[in-house]
Amino acid sequence: MSKRQIELEVMRYDPEKDEAPWFQNYEVPCEEDWAILDAINYVKENIDTTLSYRWSCHMMVCGSCGMMVNGEPSLTCKTFIRDLPDKVRIEPLENFPIERDLVVVLDNVMEKLQTAQPYIIRKDPPPSDDKEYTQSRAALYKFKQYTMCINCMCCYAACPQYGLDQSFIGPAALALAHRYNLDSRDQGKAQRLDILADHDGVWDCSFVGACSEVCPKSVDPAAAIQQMKIEGAKEFWKQKLSGGKS
Amino acid sequence: MAVAKKAIVWGLFAAGGTVSSFVFPALITLFFLIAVGTTPDGLQYEKIHEFAASFLGKACLFIVISLSLWHAAHRLRVVFHDLGVRKDKVVANAVYLAAFVGTAMTAFYLFLIR
Repeated sequence: MSKRQIELEVMRYDPEKDEAPWFQNYEVPCEEDWAILDAINYVKENIDTTLSYRWSCHMMVCGSCGMMVNGEPSLTCKTFIRDLPDKVRIEPLENFPIERDLVVVLDNVMEKLQTAQPYIIRKDPPPSDDKEYTQSRAALYKFKQYTMCINCMCCYAACPQYGLDQSFIGPAALALAHRYNLDSRDQGKAQRLDILADHDGVWDCSFVGACSEVCPKSVDPAAAIQQMKIEGAKEFWKQKLSGGKS
Repeated sequence: MAVAKKAIVWGLFAAGGTVSSFVFPALITLFFLIAVGTTPDGLQYEKIHEFAASFLGKACLFIVISLSLWHAAHRLRVVFHDLGVRKDKVVANAVYLAAFVGTAMTAFYLFLIR
């Protein structure tokens, strides 16, 4: 297989040494079928061992290799050399503080994922040990796409609202909450909406839709948020008309 | 915590968006038809006046005009936010006041049509 020479322009930043992020260029002889992650791994193994970045599975499952590739939030294991020009700029995910080089600090989003209460909430007591919650195939398909999220955070890097105001709960956490709200076994919708339809929740989304465009797993967080706005509006009137919380 | 009051204005925004996305393309088409001098019979002044004078006509016009105003108001508020204006309370009060005044005026002038 023939090789292709690619120039990688990689953002470097060591908070202990550098005042500001800077770019370092690497010439990488790439195989035609390589993903960008292969090229970065080549740099780490053969050119510059000091380069820091996250990756694990190389098969679109772990969600740790999200980076900006030519300005677009991308999973680098899913972004192929053959689809890119000879010069490729690699930066850490936008809207996050940089820990070092291409590694970003995800603490803020990790906390937000917890506010989504991403687990089945029941008001009824759980069934006995030998019984399970049953669910029809149709009920599963209602939320199945939202279970595909791998928390790569590309949607947060793409979201202009999160960029403007980091208190916004943001696409992945809201899509995750919506996944449980739609689950026929769950009874926690009102409890979740109480938090997620509050001030920093769904209403801060202005439906730009960039989250859904960049999602490498074809989850549609923008749709989830709009559907949650409808549910939130319904919940608001339900609470008002019943004179308190439902 | 509770569901925020933004639910009210968002509800009006969503309803207004739905209504205006159906009605306004038709209105624009009709505007051009009339501009080139081919006014359909049903859209002559007398017919439209008769429609606006009926209760059903008034109700339709009120819903379309007021919801579109609320839609525009909320959209403007979001645009201001996107443009980096960090005075959400002032912007919100201004745009919703305009929508409210517009709604009241719509009701008043529709009431006058006989």
